[in-house]
Amino acid sequence: MAAKSTHCADGSDVREDNAREAVACAFRQESGAILATLIRVVGDFDLADEAMQDAFASALRHWPAEGVPDNVRAWITTVAKRKAIDRVRRHQVRRRREIVGQSLREAERVESAMNDELIDNAVGDDPLRLIFTCCHPSLAFEAQVALTLRTLCGLTTPEIARAFVLQESTLAQRITRAKRKIREAGIPYRIPPDRLLPERVEAVLMVIYLVFNEGYAASIGDAMIRRELCAEAIRLGRVLVEFMPDEPEAMGLLALMLLQDSRRDARVGEDEALILLEDQNRSLWDREQISEAFELLQTAQRRRRFGQYQVQAAIAAEHARAIRAEDTDWHRIVQHYDVLVSLMPNPVVKLNRAVAVAMACGPEEGLALVESLASSGELVSYHYLHATKADLLRRLDRRAEAREAYRRAISCCENEAERTFLKYRLDLT
Amino acid sequence: MKYMLLIFDDESMYPKMTAEENAKLMEEYGVFTQELMQSGVMMHAERLAPTHTATTVRVRAGDTITTDGPFAETKEQFGGYYMIDVKDLDEAIAWAAKIPSAKGGSVEVRPIWTDEQVCN
Repeated sequence: MAAKSTHCADGSDVREDNAREAVACAFRQESGAILATLIRVVGDFDLADEAMQDAFASALRHWPAEGVPDNVRAWITTVAKRKAIDRVRRHQVRRRREIVGQSLREAERVESAMNDELIDNAVGDDPLRLIFTCCHPSLAFEAQVALTLRTLCGLTTPEIARAFVLQESTLAQRITRAKRKIREAGIPYRIPPDRLLPERVEAVLMVIYLVFNEGYAASIGDAMIRRELCAEAIRLGRVLVEFMPDEPEAMGLLALMLLQDSRRDARVGEDEALILLEDQNRSLWDREQISEAFELLQTAQRRRRFGQYQVQAAIAAEHARAIRAEDTDWHRIVQHYDVLVSLMPNPVVKLNRAVAVAMACGPEEGLALVESLASSGELVSYHYLHATKADLLRRLDRRAEAREAYRRAISCCENEAERTFLKYRLDLT
Repeated sequence: MKYMLLIFDDESMYPKMTAEENAKLMEEYGVFTQELMQSGVMMHAERLAPTHTATTVRVRAGDTITTDGPFAETKEQFGGYYMIDVKDLDEAIAWAAKIPSAKGGSVEVRPIWTDEQVCN
């Protein structure tokens, strides 16, 4: 990751009188990497976090007068190291009467680690170490997600709570427990050895994609934070690809997220209503992001180790390739879905395949697949199943049945934007 | 760090096993225990007698109450343990996965209490 010392995400110069903004900007961009290094050095999540918060507070005091340092990351890391030593010493004084030897050893260990020149600026593999530790399979999945966002993305606990519509106290407790388990159960702070990698990478990819989807699906919650989640997931995807260039599924996931995110400005109308892929103004799609995704996907596919993210990205790429909706190569998409169903034979994937089949071969064939899925009973309360069925019935001019299916879909749907859309469709039918 | 690997499996399957099956399982356990000892991480290990031999003891209002049977009736029973001293949880998990009973039953990995632990 390139250190962006005095430039914010939009590239505008941050002048000295904007020191506050520079601190906020540094926190957003650098806190994950800085924390990752501090955890390695001090060997404790909480101590590292507290020391980093101290250092950012110190930046707020010093930068307005002294100016923003050239290397923000090095400045914060160095100050945080000093703050950590202070904290250990204070703690040591308090505990001296109790466990003298132990705390002394701890302080010595921290100090000697901190004198290590190597840690001064280099972040190296630290963010990767942190993400693998946060996504360790012995932590509950929800805890993995929360801890990843809190540590690597620099999101605050209230922000994460808002994004996931959870009580702040519930989330805070989840994070505290996870950190405690890491410490007390002896979860290592490292990149797993090769024999563990496949399973561990899968867990990391799952967490990142969930973060992205929480932002993208926008079912409930604050729109701003949701945008942030997508951006953070993409950023984490980039970290993973940068540090694991041999992992095609990491590239596949990044490509998939970039492709989905490239449609962000086209998929929601002015009234916040969702716009279907076929009706979107394709000139609003982010072409730069799309070509980056194409390149990633090609590189990934050359490794000849296919997985679900590469296949999903390939499907998204087919849509991105089509200049107009009617140019979409639905037969190719069906082929990709065949592969995807073999990799992940779950009913939701099968339903998506049915939609592609309807587009490639006509609504009758699609409807037959949807109905056989519906009769299996697994997706009975999944609004997308009923909405798909309604849509196919409408295209077959079976209006009464279509209206019934739309009503069913609306009753199952919890997303306001999607409900509005379904009601609109019902009125037209 | 020190960990206990607690072995849970369905003890009712043991009487149903043939002599050959039983010998094979014991052989597997022998190989595993040997490997643990050679790698220097083994502290100790025991197998427990079946739960029909268990007695549960509680002291309530100064009275000792004993009941027949294990603390909890479960589908899988606590049947034995290995205590090991390894670097971290990943190593403990790797050893746990090699325990023959992990295939049909399950193994719980628990760090041993240290003074660092906070009680709450």
